[in-house]
Amino acid sequence: MKLRQLAHGRSGDKGDILNISVIAHDLRDFSRLRQMVTAERVKAQLGDRVLGEVQRYELPGLGALNFVLHRALDGGVTRSLVLDVHGKCLSSCLLDMEIEG
Amino acid sequence: MMGEVLRIGSGAGYSGDRIDPAVDLVERGALDYLVFECLAERTIAIAVGARSRDPALGYDPLLEERMRAVLPAARRNGVRIISNMGAANPLAAARRTAEIAGELGLAGLRIAAVVGDEVLPAVQAGAAEWPAEIEAGAPLISANAYLGCEPIVEALRGGADVVLTGRAADPSLFLAPMVHEFGWALDDWARLGAGTVVGHLLECAGQITGGYFADPGVKDVPGLATLGFPLAEVSADGSAHITKLAGSGGQVTLATCKEQLLYELHDPARYLTPDVTADFSAVRLEQAAPDRVRVSGGHGIARPQRLKVSVGYQDGYLGEGQISYAGSGAEARGRLALAIVEQRLQRLRPDLRDVRLELIGVDSVSSVGAARAYAPEPREVRARVAARTSTLQAAQIVGHEVEALYTNGPAGGGGASRFARPIVAIGSTFIDRDQALAQIHWETAA
Repeated sequence: MKLRQLAHGRSGDKGDILNISVIAHDLRDFSRLRQMVTAERVKAQLGDRVLGEVQRYELPGLGALNFVLHRALDGGVTRSLVLDVHGKCLSSCLLDMEIEG
Repeated sequence: MMGEVLRIGSGAGYSGDRIDPAVDLVERGALDYLVFECLAERTIAIAVGARSRDPALGYDPLLEERMRAVLPAARRNGVRIISNMGAANPLAAARRTAEIAGELGLAGLRIAAVVGDEVLPAVQAGAAEWPAEIEAGAPLISANAYLGCEPIVEALRGGADVVLTGRAADPSLFLAPMVHEFGWALDDWARLGAGTVVGHLLECAGQITGGYFADPGVKDVPGLATLGFPLAEVSADGSAHITKLAGSGGQVTLATCKEQLLYELHDPARYLTPDVTADFSAVRLEQAAPDRVRVSGGHGIARPQRLKVSVGYQDGYLGEGQISYAGSGAEARGRLALAIVEQRLQRLRPDLRDVRLELIGVDSVSSVGAARAYAPEPREVRARVAARTSTLQAAQIVGHEVEALYTNGPAGGGGASRFARPIVAIGSTFIDRDQALAQIHWETAA
């Protein structure tokens, strides 16, 4: 199954750093998300878009994970050659991640 | 403020945002304050260019339209307005707003301009570390420190009906009325943190009421064409209810609030603003009623010592060209188109610093994951070539080479487009607070 069946999320940009939230639709799925959606898997899913490290923060009260992806915006919104300079489309790409059902 | 709660509306999430939801809020929202956040990272650097051509310009291009739309109802309903629409020229913005208020018959309306965020001379003189993103000695366009809520509070204390700033931290625009009305101390980190959480939730307007959220069949949102902008009913302890006006489109749910709470957030325990190091990690959200979410548990510790500075500079030129292909074999023809342009650019050797070649519809905005191998062939693709260059002439060559595919490229190429323009980029650094001392200037509508 795809991650989007368990979670929703949103991209945000600051300079050359992208963050993507991954939020459980149902709080009871949070521990599964925490287990499956690691920083390594997030980096692999977004492939060559993320040149730097990926940090993960946990917000159990909200059933949410927050991923901070460094050097993910081709130098930042103001100088990027990418069509989606803000990386707004990338949350949907992350939610396409295949996870164990 | 009429009772125990302070009602703050959010009238814009970015410079070009819709105006009618703000009018609805000021007319029907029983607001105390309406805040417009309109200043993206590089907007000031671009506005400095406008100001250098005309000293009466350099403020937000929609300032006049917004003020005409909201000032009469704001005056009638006692709603005070706070905005960073001053951009690179808060003084001129205040003067223009006073003129407009006069034309609308709102004599006596008091407008405060907050200045002092401009720190270009200090940065050039070495008062801050040179931004890591910018080559040493490169010509700078602008440098603006992020001011906090303090000068806005001072303007409100002085009786301003409208406060116009240049660069100020987005949540500070919302925190200022809370500090002013509740009398919070500027080192009451817990309340400043809680208020900053509320400001952060409001600062992108429609993004918390169902904008940037809908995903048909998964997350459906009603009425996006009439999306209501949010308002917060803030209590003296910094907790709040987020809601929107009855009859407006969109929705305020736990899910919309969670997405916005984490938007542009890095470490949830350390959200840095000029006012406070806010802590989002224990924030609680509860659905109090339909379209009404209670937010509490925001916290904070001492503010950062120095102020963040956005530095604008010219970073060469951007040249781009696009052309479409459709039907069977579209992707292969698109790939051929890209290969041809790549070879042409190698032969012509314009002064290119970075080139990107991609197919819109295949690999332009998405990441190239394993799933790509199983995707069906798209019905149409759009080849796109973009390059960063040192000269405008080189940038123009990129678009010309794509356009020339009409007659020299693969079969059935259509709808070519191209542009070339200078790149205004942004770097950042930090500066001591005493290098960016805010001042207030007053204008009164005649």
